[in-house]
Amino acid sequence: MANWSPYDNNGGTCVAIAGANYCVIAADTRMSTGYSILTRDYSKICKLADKSVMASSGFQADVRALQKVLAARHSIYQHQHNKQMSCPAMAQLLSNTLYYKRFFPYYAFNVLGGLDNEGKGCVFTYDAVGSYERVGYSAQGSGSTLIMPFLDNQLKSPSPLLLPAKDAVTPLSEPEAIDLVKTCFASATERDIYTGDKLEIMVLNVDGIRCEYMELRKD
Amino acid sequence: MDSTLDHFPNSKYYVNVSFKGSLFPISCDSILSLPHSDQSLKVLSMKFDTSGLESHVLHSGVSDDLLSGFPTAPSFEIPSATDFDGFQKEAIQMVKPAKGTTTLAFIFKEGVMVAADSRASMGGYISSQSVKKIIEINPYMLGTMAGGAADCQFWHRNLGIKCRLHELANKRRISVTGASKLLANILYSYRGMGLSVGTMIAGWDETGPGLYYVDSEGGRLKGMRFSVGSGSPYAYGVLDSGYRYDMSVEEAAELARRSIYHATFRDGASGGVASVYHVGPNGWKKLSGDDVAELHYNYYPVEATVVEHEMAETSAA
Repeated sequence: MANWSPYDNNGGTCVAIAGANYCVIAADTRMSTGYSILTRDYSKICKLADKSVMASSGFQADVRALQKVLAARHSIYQHQHNKQMSCPAMAQLLSNTLYYKRFFPYYAFNVLGGLDNEGKGCVFTYDAVGSYERVGYSAQGSGSTLIMPFLDNQLKSPSPLLLPAKDAVTPLSEPEAIDLVKTCFASATERDIYTGDKLEIMVLNVDGIRCEYMELRKD
Repeated sequence: MDSTLDHFPNSKYYVNVSFKGSLFPISCDSILSLPHSDQSLKVLSMKFDTSGLESHVLHSGVSDDLLSGFPTAPSFEIPSATDFDGFQKEAIQMVKPAKGTTTLAFIFKEGVMVAADSRASMGGYISSQSVKKIIEINPYMLGTMAGGAADCQFWHRNLGIKCRLHELANKRRISVTGASKLLANILYSYRGMGLSVGTMIAGWDETGPGLYYVDSEGGRLKGMRFSVGSGSPYAYGVLDSGYRYDMSVEEAAELARRSIYHATFRDGASGGVASVYHVGPNGWKKLSGDDVAELHYNYYPVEATVVEHEMAETSAA
């Protein structure tokens, strides 16, 4: 009974990129434990609302529990307000949900993507206990340290804290952003053992949500 | 509802004893009272009534002779682990970002100047270069963030809600003293549980400018100058040597900006954008946000150096 832990790390990487009128959320579909692969076909992406999609890596049991809690709260919101939650509202809800378990955290590293009230793409990035920030792009999970520097190089926009403010929009078009995401995962798969198998990409824009897949290395 | 007296009908005395914040009814046969300044009794021989802690465990259907003799120990549900305290500490350590940051605030003639960097680090990895460390609680009060990002964000937002409720209940704005006390009391009640918050509450109320330092150990200090975080020693050096009470707003802003810049220069856990806010009688206003890498070349411009004679390429012909 030595050193039993209630947590496990199922690996995986999630990425999201916000554009002027779209948002791309992507995650690999490999689920592992230790050095073993549990399955090559597990989706880490969950649609929370019409304009909010969450991708989470970490401990998938906690991720699943978190998704259920958010889905239930969204359902209540819809009954009370007769409309869907906006992405910034869902972002705050996710932050509070994570913090309520501050002393027994959800081992989930989340990235929330969607369209804000003006139709612009927005990405929110979280730590495990709920601190969050709106950003133009983000990567979380085992491959995040490989992908983030690359995205910084390609997409780095002026910090929103600068005053006088500089405009901070990802200048990429939707096809370019999708291509960039595929490049990120292809590279991360080469150097991260927990990332691979298949890439699931969800694209949100004014026409709705669509899903795309790409094969990755299975070794 | 059974009363404790029914459990111990033969006892002579029935006393309520305060133990770790709760009242426990204690029934005992003898009380030795020692003279105490507050005239409370010291009970020395007693039987604890722990009926309040008992959980009603129902043995599933079958009444087993082996089990019926076991007394059920008082218990409540916790995750099963051999060392629960150790596991909890580990879980907290796993998610706790390091207190890498530089924030500062000082009071001067024209109000309060508040400044901070914007880097968030998780161990050696920079998780963000654009974190908002100056939190706008309400239009006339600011809070700074150092320590756990989630802790600071959540509790500052909670403080903003409490301040608004105070305004609605009392028809006047809450003072900086009151707001900082609200936060300090909350943090004190979570003392020892692993929250990491090192914050300064700066504002302008009826008594003028106010600045308090509040932390997750339960400390709350009133003062004129504070700096919090891993870069604070460097910031103090610049701030203390350049501080005068009667500075103009521009001079104070420049002092704050320079202090943050010097801290980001020397401290690896601080960096990003140096934000400077001013709190005056009409509320706060953001004065500047400068990338510290650019500030470096403002303070230390590149000198034109004498270029050595370069070997020029000769053409093939």
